[in-house]
Amino acid sequence: MAWTRKILRVDLTNGTCKSEPLNMEWAQQYLGQRGLATKYFISEVDPKVDPLSPANKMIMATGPLTGTPASTGGRYSVITKGALTGAIACSNSGGYFGAELKFAGWDMIIFEGKSPKPVYLSIENDKAELKDAAHLWGKTVWQTEEIIKKTHQDPQIRVSSIGRSGENGVMYACIVNDLHRAAGRSGVGTVMGSKNLKAVAVRGTLGLGGLKDAKGFFAAATAAKKVLADNAVTGQGLPAFGTQVLMNVINEMGALPTRNHRDVQFEGARGISAEAMAEKRPSDGKSHLVTNAACFGCTIACGRISRIDEKHFSVVNKPEYWGASGGLEYEAAWALGAANGVGDLEALQFANLICNEDGFDPISFGATVGAAMELYDLGILTKEQIGMDAPFGSAEALCKLAEMTARGEGFGKELGLGSARLCEKYGKPELSMGVKKQEFPAYDSRGIQGMGLAYATSNRGACHLRGYTVASEVLGIPIKTDPLTTDGKADLVKAFQDATSVFDSAGVCVFTTFAWTLADLQPQLNAACEGEWTMEKLAEVGERVWNMERLFNNAAGFTAKDDDLPPRLKTEAAKTGPAKGLVSGIDKMRPEYYKARGWDANGVPTKETLARLGL
Amino acid sequence: MQVIFKLYATLQDYLPAEAKKTNSFPLEVGPGTTAQHVIEQFQLPQKLCHLVLIDGRFVPPAERATRVLKEGETLAIWPPVAGG
Ligand code: SF4
Repeated sequence: MAWTRKILRVDLTNGTCKSEPLNMEWAQQYLGQRGLATKYFISEVDPKVDPLSPANKMIMATGPLTGTPASTGGRYSVITKGALTGAIACSNSGGYFGAELKFAGWDMIIFEGKSPKPVYLSIENDKAELKDAAHLWGKTVWQTEEIIKKTHQDPQIRVSSIGRSGENGVMYACIVNDLHRAAGRSGVGTVMGSKNLKAVAVRGTLGLGGLKDAKGFFAAATAAKKVLADNAVTGQGLPAFGTQVLMNVINEMGALPTRNHRDVQFEGARGISAEAMAEKRPSDGKSHLVTNAACFGCTIACGRISRIDEKHFSVVNKPEYWGASGGLEYEAAWALGAANGVGDLEALQFANLICNEDGFDPISFGATVGAAMELYDLGILTKEQIGMDAPFGSAEALCKLAEMTARGEGFGKELGLGSARLCEKYGKPELSMGVKKQEFPAYDSRGIQGMGLAYATSNRGACHLRGYTVASEVLGIPIKTDPLTTDGKADLVKAFQDATSVFDSAGVCVFTTFAWTLADLQPQLNAACEGEWTMEKLAEVGERVWNMERLFNNAAGFTAKDDDLPPRLKTEAAKTGPAKGLVSGIDKMRPEYYKARGWDANGVPTKETLARLGL
Repeated sequence: MQVIFKLYATLQDYLPAEAKKTNSFPLEVGPGTTAQHVIEQFQLPQKLCHLVLIDGRFVPPAERATRVLKEGETLAIWPPVAGG
């Protein structure tokens, strides 16, 4: 229904919920979701705000295509100042929550202040109220969703909530919806917890309406779905093998960060890959993978639903984990596995279940365990401090530490700091593998050079989803580039970042871009949304959103020196594989990128650039 | 001479039974054998041979018929796949 033109403003301090009209002038400049919500956010929040103070705000936003029949049109994002990073945060989630919010008649919810006691927001179409959540505080995500559905006697309510980690101040807590879909990165769940907001429960029955050209839209959406179906990646590869198919690819290319980036290839990669998930295990003759799954309106269905081995040590006497549940996706499998040298697939799924159940980011958690294991290996952290032996490769340590982090127990509290704060605390800041205090995802920037630049310049800290040049450097989408060279990567990263900003502002999933370009999205947006949405206008929106986020970060105190990688990636060459002998060429790429962006040598957008983008 | 041959994702259907658990097996090839020769020997559908790597390095489609395998090298092939 394109925009509903309505915003819900929730003042948590005073316990009020008010409707206000959407600023349609801004909608024409920033589209929706990531772009439009960030515009609201930076217009209302001081960039220097402490992320965990009541003065920080948090926005849950849909895009104009959320809730429409556009393929993957079920996305929503959470925009705030990230607890983990102190930078602009925008975490995107699938599942069904976003579409339900739209069906209830809301483009976005702006949360401000801090509730004096735990509450949850209940929305039923235009009725919105804050309700007491004393009985939900201390409960997991899974329990919270169940209790809310029972209380309202409505199994069709969609719930987004934090688990115990968000209450306990784990710096990389997520907001989880539909049990295993999450606004996962940068600590958006930590911000939600700091506001005493436990959950948002939505029921929307207003349906679809308000498309500019309904007939044209359905034709455009149908044509775009055919593009996805006919494409070998989105039509066959992703549904059959999920993102996890990359485990062996990236390992073979020597770009699979292993043991806190000491190595770039993991000897156990095959055992934790999509291929391993699909084969029958000796213990019970069943495969780990049960089926694939789709988010709202998605015709790709990349999601994985798996069943853990009931005999695995992690779940003995814990039948609550024996059912089919979400995972493993590539990023989680890498972070919980290769990053720590753990090659036990069932252990990874257990840790992943705990991350979903109590709402914390498996990428940041896994990578922080990797850093702790290196500190243990160096003798800086001891068995007594951690509460167990924690060498690289220990599946037992991984599983126990996941539970301790979820509950805020013992050393789990320290792991909840994230790797940057943990390594700083123990005098080894250089061992934190991340950018802007956010841990790297699953690609080593020595073996995939463009990703190093994408990480260093990502506005929300190290992230693969802001500019996924892996598509080009590894998979040849849209064209193949050489992963081992820095040449041309500045322009490539910029192009991916700007295009992704548009997809993230539209309400669709970025995985469509394995088949779609902006030219496939444009006719859908143009038919759905009021105004003229040309290719040129969309390209400008993408660049405008990127620069707007950058301006916020600059005003928050980030400088060019924060657009950098840890020394390990710049001085310790890859030991094996095609990148053997290579370090990251970030120092060469950074100035080229600033130039391509129209920024000065300090990474500040020039007056001309800002004027060109109307900023 | 011997090379290592790896097939993944849907291409694993073309693996010999003993290699299903590892996706990888040693392959005897004669001198002058190219990547394309191996693809043909195993009757792999051309359009499924999307990502062809020798020792982790990409071999563009145009070079598959000329890139000769050397002793001990690893040839790994995937159909069109992606992740995130
Ligand atoms: S492609 Fe995957 S993550 Fe994206 S909407 Fe579909 S199922 Fe969800």
